[in-house]
Amino acid sequence: MPGKLKAKIVAGRHLPVMDRASDLTDAFVEVKFGNTTFKTDVYPKSLNPQWNSEWFKFEVDDEDLQDEPLQITVLDHDTYSANDAIGKVYIDIDPLLYSEAASVISGWFPIYDTIHGIRGEINVLVKVELFNDLNRFRQSSCGVKFFCTTSIPKGYRAAIVHGFVEELVVNEDPEYQWIDRIRTPRASNEARQRLIFLMSGELQRKIGLKVLEMGGNAVVGYLQCFDLEGESGLVVRAIGTACTLEKLSSGSGTHTHPNTAPASNACNSPSKDGKEPVFGEDLPSSSGPSTPFRALPTSSSSPPPFSPSKPCSRQSSSSDTDLSLTPKTEMTQSPRLRPGIFLCPSSPILSTDTLSLPGSGTLGCGHYSGLRATTPPPLASTHSDSALLRKSVSFTEDLLLAASGMGSGSMGKDAGPLKTLLRQQTQTALEQREFPFFTLTSFPSGFLLHVGGVVSARSVKLLDRIHNPDEPETRDAWWEEIRQEIKSHAKALGCHAVVGYSESTSICEEVCILSASGTAAILNPRYMREGCLDLGGSDQRFEDPSPSSCGFCHIPYDELNMPFPAQLTYCFHCRRQKVPDVLFTTIDLPSDAAIAGKGCFIQARLCRLKKKGQGEANATAISNQLPFMEYELHTQLMNKLKLRSMNALFGLRIQISVGENMLLGLASATGVYLTALPAPGGIQIAGKTPGDLNTEQHILNIQKRINDTIAKNKEFYEVNPPDLTEEVVGSPIPEPRLRSRLFRSHSESSDELSELDLSHGKKDAFVLEVDDTDAVEDIHSLLTDASPPKGFYSCNTETMPGIYNWTSALQMFTSVRVLRLSNANLSNQALNKVFTDLCENLLKSFYFKLRSMIPCCLSHLVFSVAVPEEDLIQVAVTAVAMTFDKDQTQEKPAEKPITKGCSEAEDQLQFSLELCTDSSSINSQSSSKNSGVPESSHLSTRDRCSTWLELLRLKAHTIRRGSVKTSRRTQSLAHSVSSLEHSSPLTEGRSRSLRSSRSFGGSSVSVVKMTPLSFLPGTRIVKYVGIINMFFIRETTSLREEGGVSGFLHSFVAEVFAMVRAHVAALGGNAVVSYSMKDCVLMENPNKNQCQCLINVSGDAVIYIRETDQEVTGSTANIGLSCTSSADGAT
Amino acid sequence: MAVELDVFVGNTIIMSEEVYQLWLDGYTVNDAVKVRMEGGVLDEFDAKVDVVLSDTMDQYRTFQMCERLLHSPTKLANQLLFQIPPHRQATLIERYYAFDDVFVREVLGKKLSKGTKKDLDDISAKTGVMLKSCRRQFDNFKRVFKVVEELKGPLVENIRQHFLLSDKLARDYAAIVFFANNRFETGKRKLQYLTFQDLAFCAGQLINNWTVGAVDNMVEDMDVDLDKDFLQELKELKVLITDKDLLDQHKSLVCTALRGKTKCNLNLSRGLVNIATKLTNTKDVRDFFIDLVEKFIEPCRSDHWTAADMKLYLTHYTNSAHILDTFKYQVVWDRYMGVIKSCIFKMYHD
Repeated sequence: MPGKLKAKIVAGRHLPVMDRASDLTDAFVEVKFGNTTFKTDVYPKSLNPQWNSEWFKFEVDDEDLQDEPLQITVLDHDTYSANDAIGKVYIDIDPLLYSEAASVISGWFPIYDTIHGIRGEINVLVKVELFNDLNRFRQSSCGVKFFCTTSIPKGYRAAIVHGFVEELVVNEDPEYQWIDRIRTPRASNEARQRLIFLMSGELQRKIGLKVLEMGGNAVVGYLQCFDLEGESGLVVRAIGTACTLEKLSSGSGTHTHPNTAPASNACNSPSKDGKEPVFGEDLPSSSGPSTPFRALPTSSSSPPPFSPSKPCSRQSSSSDTDLSLTPKTEMTQSPRLRPGIFLCPSSPILSTDTLSLPGSGTLGCGHYSGLRATTPPPLASTHSDSALLRKSVSFTEDLLLAASGMGSGSMGKDAGPLKTLLRQQTQTALEQREFPFFTLTSFPSGFLLHVGGVVSARSVKLLDRIHNPDEPETRDAWWEEIRQEIKSHAKALGCHAVVGYSESTSICEEVCILSASGTAAILNPRYMREGCLDLGGSDQRFEDPSPSSCGFCHIPYDELNMPFPAQLTYCFHCRRQKVPDVLFTTIDLPSDAAIAGKGCFIQARLCRLKKKGQGEANATAISNQLPFMEYELHTQLMNKLKLRSMNALFGLRIQISVGENMLLGLASATGVYLTALPAPGGIQIAGKTPGDLNTEQHILNIQKRINDTIAKNKEFYEVNPPDLTEEVVGSPIPEPRLRSRLFRSHSESSDELSELDLSHGKKDAFVLEVDDTDAVEDIHSLLTDASPPKGFYSCNTETMPGIYNWTSALQMFTSVRVLRLSNANLSNQALNKVFTDLCENLLKSFYFKLRSMIPCCLSHLVFSVAVPEEDLIQVAVTAVAMTFDKDQTQEKPAEKPITKGCSEAEDQLQFSLELCTDSSSINSQSSSKNSGVPESSHLSTRDRCSTWLELLRLKAHTIRRGSVKTSRRTQSLAHSVSSLEHSSPLTEGRSRSLRSSRSFGGSSVSVVKMTPLSFLPGTRIVKYVGIINMFFIRETTSLREEGGVSGFLHSFVAEVFAMVRAHVAALGGNAVVSYSMKDCVLMENPNKNQCQCLINVSGDAVIYIRETDQEVTGSTANIGLSCTSSADGAT
Repeated sequence: MAVELDVFVGNTIIMSEEVYQLWLDGYTVNDAVKVRMEGGVLDEFDAKVDVVLSDTMDQYRTFQMCERLLHSPTKLANQLLFQIPPHRQATLIERYYAFDDVFVREVLGKKLSKGTKKDLDDISAKTGVMLKSCRRQFDNFKRVFKVVEELKGPLVENIRQHFLLSDKLARDYAAIVFFANNRFETGKRKLQYLTFQDLAFCAGQLINNWTVGAVDNMVEDMDVDLDKDFLQELKELKVLITDKDLLDQHKSLVCTALRGKTKCNLNLSRGLVNIATKLTNTKDVRDFFIDLVEKFIEPCRSDHWTAADMKLYLTHYTNSAHILDTFKYQVVWDRYMGVIKSCIFKMYHD
């Protein structure tokens, strides 16, 4: 009996009139948890009842605490007939189960009825007393924290990132049970809502168990989805990244003793001497540079450093390369078709100036510290080649060769084998976890070494009834297959991990498309091996800083064994490693990446007709279409990217939705110009039938328009300087050295052709042939995409690349549009046009509505499309508009103060300095680096003076900046620490006193900000008070009276916002971050005047304080106060 | 290619004051779109009709959902459905309760009943205020009337607290309530020249000086009903015209004071005193303003008095009464004439 739940019903207000005669209501409340129900007295004849009930106590298992919501029902007492329900409130008490989050839930909750919407509010107090359960066979996982945020939450550091966790739970859908025929719609909706609450509680508990088994204490990037499979059931599934998080407040101690091991709470933290990698921003201690993985420096026989996710994986086949799973080939095998597609538009990259430094592990291979002294540095120079544009959809067969994952790029000869060995070792480490996937999308610098490109897999399945809910094997097996495929794709790209990973489904009748996608990457291996933690670690830290601006672009795969045709060039930053010409990823732009100009929202849209079909034939037809759709979407993306003269996509999300008679494809991403990558070529139009004057003229016209558009876009997005300077300055200037280096590498390389490519490098353009109808369409869609009006920018990533000075105004919004295709016989082209216009018009609408916020950026634009029924296309968008300070946009601040990443790179620099001094004795190299001098002599033989000069320069910077930074950071740390300390205890005491007054007083409602981003500009998140994961159903049988579908949905969305805000406020929070609307399923039947809608939302409730408060009030005490007061105000 | 559904919902309410005004004025969505497009402000944004339409629809829906809350403005502050910044709340309320002077002039003094509501379309046609807007305004009057009817305490203050209105607007509503309650006749042709603001000013005077509330501020309806005792006392003023001595004395005093600057017209005095003595009669209370016009303002005007003349006359007329030694009703006289003076000043247009 490990828990006691206590609830108190204080009062109600604004209740609806339930008794027409008196215009009043006789309300009472039922409080239910599990199978226990309590009732309050009836408070007669009032619309603002004051129940002020006793504390209702439930003694329950903690397992139930996790699974069950507290259910509060408000009823109207009726002497003669049955009591009428006014509405319900479900309260998820999970946030009360971990110590650091909320300690009490208290506040006004909207009373919600699935038929009438919100009907008044009720004031409730909920507390939990938890007893420790030491039973190791327990089924509960209280205390594991969940975060929707796809980065390490602010105020925490990750001691260990354990890896991927997944789980799914299935059940029968109450809507399809026989009893549904005889019960009211309200009863049926409530059964459904309750079931889903239960299922997601159970899911969270089960995932929590897995996390505990892995030794973690939190799940980051938690993504939970519902699949409404209709007849065949209801699936709730979730994925996330298990971590061991430590509160930064504890770091204050560490700060003073950089070399003591931080936190021992990591179950198996064998921390050697405090150089534990830290994964998180705002590193509290100077000990760890922001490195992610904490390697367990135990012997190699011990669990792999990565703390493999074995326990949670059902089968640990692991390390073999499951290439057999490659998709395309097995299309027709069975009704479950898996047309996997492999999108790897671009390749990855790595290393900047310093990376090519001697001894640094390039390319993702870890280096032994011992090795380093003896082995010559792996100079990663190769020939540069042209920046040919290439369409990079390749089918996986090509990839197989590359899959072995040898060291990428060229390495010094001697180092080669060793490197390979190392790399293999690190890979093994990763491979031992069944799925080396990470749902995170942004990482501290140094974590991500190289990015290979996007990997995605889709599979078409036929749904069948889930016979035994306790053994959801089929669904598990399906996802297992897909994940294996993703894994093998990543391998083919020479990568051992997948980051920015996500999964989704699209269901139409009995057909279901399962999709998964992510970005193949090589993560910093340093912490994956034993021994390197202290030695290698410090060195590499020293070398890492500069590559972080371009390092992730360097290719991870073997140049000679490229997984797909790609044009490689030398990195335009460091000139040492190869980079692809275009890079596509699903992650956010690393905060330290070097870019030019601003980012831009790019969307590819595609609509394809499909014959109506049944069963296998239908599934086959769909799966046959998928590869073509992916190809087309990809081509569109590529074209649009060129048109904006950009060369990389971040946050790529491709959604394919299936309807009865069509397939919709929507790819959204944020385009960026990475200065490390070659400048994109233009787009050249070619006709197939030369000679025809008309055509030629036409082509010329189009060409001109395209060129104009490119020029205009360049100006708009301020993309210009880098390639010009690079080309003039970059290539010729380092001439003597660079050239010699180039030559040297040429001699090493077997490929002479690439040398020739050098000459016509960037001139190559992407050729579109106009005779091809597709091309006409492409061109058309290219040119009809309007750029946002002046003063507006948009992106779908967390932050807008190129904008740093956010001001604090923000407006989160949700917009839904449904289009009915009036004409049934549309061609593919016409349909495409309709779909494209729909999306474009939505964007235009946003710009118009939000014009008062100019200058403003729409961030995190998430589109989701669906085909709710034949001839209907539904697009739902959630995004946030944020204002920024226009004047400063030009100067890219040296230290980006406001953006969330807040200068991780510099932190790292600082650390490396400190560490260097510490570890000077470790080997000659690190010490020599400290001074910089000895090494250069050693190197001079290798013609690398330039490198060293650069290094020296860099070091100078480092030192200067580092020292400045240190002091400042220390301060801010002190602040955060104090505010944390002050906040938690005080909030409780204070809020209690506040509460009593608040319950009765008509005090105004506190403001709750909502944002899909993980941060709020100009503020500092001081506390995460719990995850919000809510599911609502709304139904009406008087659609016309409620203003039609639009009126109905408008009020429902507003109600959902209201309920989210109320729950956050009750938890003591004043904002929701990482908010997302996972599902919005709308079913209408206007003829019957009916409509039903389901919405699922999630996010993290937080307490924030304004940054200015903190800076202005220098004293820590003040901060503590301001923090608590803001917290109090919000409760 | 019909747009079946189109909604846009912000976490914080999204509204433009321009659209709100159009909504309040009773424009249909389509007309509002036309007005906005013609307004030209949108040109700079190059907005297409569909974009403006979609925006207008969203806002109209939002306003409709808010309307229920606006009916009891205090709820707006602690409702949870919409997140509305305080200054926006104030704007929403103030604008919602704002009214057109031309419209209110028509219903002023009428019973706020269903019957009057039926005539709204005529009023709408006459004033050019859209019917929808007329209904809103009429319902607002009625709602305010109903709420304050039963309350104790000062009328203006009650209105301000219950409807969170600005001081100015609260006073106007107080006037409307006062007129409706006492059913003053304001619709006659002779009164047409008076604006709402004229009448509202007079109402303010009456409320402050002639109601029960002017002497006792803790009774119900204190500011709505005239002080019956006072009205009784007014009868005593009759002596000013019935007592020949007094009349002559008064006349000569006034004439001396005026020194021929204006004619001293004794009929005027008779008129004013007659009004005072008849006020115990409800019917005559209703005709108060007509009487003022017929018995005083019109004669003055026909004599081509300027406003200054009239003021001078009234001032001396009032003051002279104090010098009459046999006249014992100085307090009542002051209470009466104070209001009459300021009302006439306001109502006398050159």
